[in-house]
Amino acid sequence: MSQRSALMGPALRMGGLVLALVLLVVVGVATGGERFWSTGNLITVLSLAAVTGVVSIGMTFVITSGGIDLSVGAVVGLASVWASTLATQYAAQDYGWWVIVVTALAVGLVAGLVNGALVAYGKVPAFIATLAMLAAARGLAEIIAGRRTQVIRDVEPFFDVFQSRPLGVPTIVWIFVVVAAAGWFLLNRTTFGRRTVAVGGNPEASRLAGIKIKRHTLYLYGIAGLTAGIGAVILLARTTAGSSTHGTLLELDAIAAVVVGGTLLAGGRGTITGTVLGVLIFSTLTNVFVLNNLDSSVQAIAKGAIIVVAVLLQQWFAAREKVTST
Amino acid sequence: MVDADPQPTESPAPQRAERTAQQPFLEMRGIVKEFPGARALDGVDLEVRPGEVHCLLGQNGAGKSTLIKTLAGAHQPTSGEILIDGEPVTISDPVAALRLGIATIYQELDVVDGLTVAENIYLGHELASGGVTRRAEAARNTRKLLERLGHTEITPHREVGSLSAAGKQIVSLARALSRDARVVIMDEPSAVLDSEEVGNLHRIVRELTADGVAVVYISHRLEEIRQLGDRITVLKDGRTVAESLVVADTPTDDLIKLMTGRAVEYAFPDRPGVAEDAAPVLEVEDLALGGVFSDVSLTVRAGEIVGLAGLVGSGRSEILETIYGARRATSGTVRVGGKRLRGGVDAAVAAGIGLCPEERKSQGLLLDEPVYRNITLSTFARTARAGLLDEKAERAAAREQVEALDLRPASVERHARTLSGGNQQKALLARWLVHGCRVLLLDEPTRGVDVGARAEIYTLIRRLADDGAAVIVVSSEIPEVLGLADRVLVISDGKAVHEGPAGEIDEHAVLDLVMEGSVA
Ligand SMILES: Nc1ncnc2c1ncn2[C@@H]1O[C@H](COP(=O)(O)OP(=O)(O)OP(=O)(O)O)[C@@H](O)[C@H]1O
Ligand SMILES: [Mg+2]
Repeated sequence: MSQRSALMGPALRMGGLVLALVLLVVVGVATGGERFWSTGNLITVLSLAAVTGVVSIGMTFVITSGGIDLSVGAVVGLASVWASTLATQYAAQDYGWWVIVVTALAVGLVAGLVNGALVAYGKVPAFIATLAMLAAARGLAEIIAGRRTQVIRDVEPFFDVFQSRPLGVPTIVWIFVVVAAAGWFLLNRTTFGRRTVAVGGNPEASRLAGIKIKRHTLYLYGIAGLTAGIGAVILLARTTAGSSTHGTLLELDAIAAVVVGGTLLAGGRGTITGTVLGVLIFSTLTNVFVLNNLDSSVQAIAKGAIIVVAVLLQQWFAAREKVTST
Repeated sequence: MVDADPQPTESPAPQRAERTAQQPFLEMRGIVKEFPGARALDGVDLEVRPGEVHCLLGQNGAGKSTLIKTLAGAHQPTSGEILIDGEPVTISDPVAALRLGIATIYQELDVVDGLTVAENIYLGHELASGGVTRRAEAARNTRKLLERLGHTEITPHREVGSLSAAGKQIVSLARALSRDARVVIMDEPSAVLDSEEVGNLHRIVRELTADGVAVVYISHRLEEIRQLGDRITVLKDGRTVAESLVVADTPTDDLIKLMTGRAVEYAFPDRPGVAEDAAPVLEVEDLALGGVFSDVSLTVRAGEIVGLAGLVGSGRSEILETIYGARRATSGTVRVGGKRLRGGVDAAVAAGIGLCPEERKSQGLLLDEPVYRNITLSTFARTARAGLLDEKAERAAAREQVEALDLRPASVERHARTLSGGNQQKALLARWLVHGCRVLLLDEPTRGVDVGARAEIYTLIRRLADDGAAVIVVSSEIPEVLGLADRVLVISDGKAVHEGPAGEIDEHAVLDLVMEGSVA
């Protein structure tokens, strides 16, 4: 009995999201027909969702723990620029395509760890620390790139790897799938995930139970930074260039997807499945608008409406859940 | 507005008190309250007369807090009737309750940490002219209220977050008093107070009742109910099993039987005595925390229970927290099994120390997580294999403790938030039982725990000690410290003023020591 209710709650909450996604698909089919409901288009939707998707997974961890990371978009930009400088490109030509990948991941990870150190050990509020990182990372990216786009040339193996389509699906979509699966596993099945939820639910109680909350916080922002690095790799593969404007406002899309997905902004409850659904809802929405040649301003309004409706729906489901469970 | 019509307040008090003898001020008839999947109240009757102290008695989870929450407008009863002065009323929200003259002090502290004392007291009925708060007046009134409560050291502009649990309790009490209520409901107000403050509280209660105000008083301390109460209503499993018993005519044993359905051994477990050669497990040397306590040295051997007695604010909780590493000592050392402890809480936990904190809600529990995850919060990493959680093992370990402690309801899946106060306390204790500590630091381990379970917890603590743990117990109830511990340390004003075997000192002597120190 208790087993059932433990499963019912999340299922109900997910129900609203699935419903929203299905509705969008119905609208897409009704207005776009074949143009929407084709393998090609659906793969496009997923490819465009990959960057936000990967970054949102990292964001889910930070938000579940009661934090926030505003810097992910800027870090994506910085990582993309750093991984596409001429120096990196030469090194990649000499040693292999992985140099680009490692550079992007390292930049993301280090930026994340700096955030984490500031929040955990410097006791700077997460909002402030990551806002500062947002400004600094974007500025540094502009300096490095000199405000120019850095096209990646002569590193063909990089594109061979990342623009390939194993089983007919682009590698970058696979990356999203793998990151989401790993994130789900980490959050739901490991001690790391349990600590994350505990710290978000009651930091003082967690500390007094012997959880090293500072170190854990450091890791969490590290994860967010790392996923930003992965996001940068995906962007490089998709656009074949690094740019200091990559990832602009990405943090807001990520936060929106996470919160719409059902992760509590106050911490203590997180869901990767919800985040993935949130990401898919937003990217499907964009796609439907683009296919119908609708104005992007209207799209922004629709986005805003979806955020509000999704959160309202969730509260409604949460209230239902209270009635049906325990 | 219509149903929450305030009663005329001009009627002179004596006249009201006279009328009261025949007519109850408040009646509750057949109150039922259903939560999803749980029937917390299943037909409760209660009748309160003006000027009386009406005690509510019942085991943990019997429904006392739920009942008073329906009175305070925090919950809506599923069915049943509430009458005030014989008129049926609907108490739709807390504001309506206050308008009807019902003020409530909740069991769980409900003060806002970020606000000052005065702001907390006037929260929701701010003194204001045209939206601008009258701070000076609020501060003046607050000072008066606190004076009446005997706590001049709490100043109106102090931030509430900086107060101890007991200090916060005082603020809640002051807030209820600021309301000029006709009935004041107190849900386990004495649980966090030391004996001196309990005396203060009782004086206030008597002053209130002398003015014709009724007091509904919930407590698990039966001696207290004997001293203070006029009539008693006993709840069991959400039902009234005895209504309005006259305290003077009802023996304690009968009350316990009514509450628990059985006779409870109301005694402390035997002290087997600590072997002379038992190894010291915990050694604390010259520990100090700037401005709070200094020169605290104590050694606890395997199998020994040391009790810390002292007033609230004497530094006893802080001593535990500093040993535990939750506060950074300004000087001194802590050794466990001969090894010096360095670092914070995690080092202490790794060395086998466990702490049951004083404030279970803010310091202990993950309220929106299931009970088993609360119980395994310090051990889930240990049961895990290579970082992978073993929830099956966690549930099994939790279930075992839930049974051992008779936690009710006996489900490990429920969220901690839905447990009654006493059961939350048991869940917290269970955490360290699962952990299997070498050193157990217990801050008010029986706070809010009912008579039956209390005896069980005493037995359990003793058993842990017998199994070789070193235990330190802090309690506001001096008899508890003296009955449970092998050795007592009396703390006054941050200094140990006495140390000796528990059997060689009595309650009055401890009280004297405690007071003496506090005068100095
Ligand atoms: N929000 C809730 N949802 C589900 N069950 C609840 C909720 N609140 C209380 N209960 C249940 O109602 C019952 C009565 O709880 P209540 O808090 O009134 O007990 P109590 O008599 O005050 O106990 P204690 O002495 O431990 O404070 C308990 O079984 C508790 O688990
Ligand atoms: Mg209660």
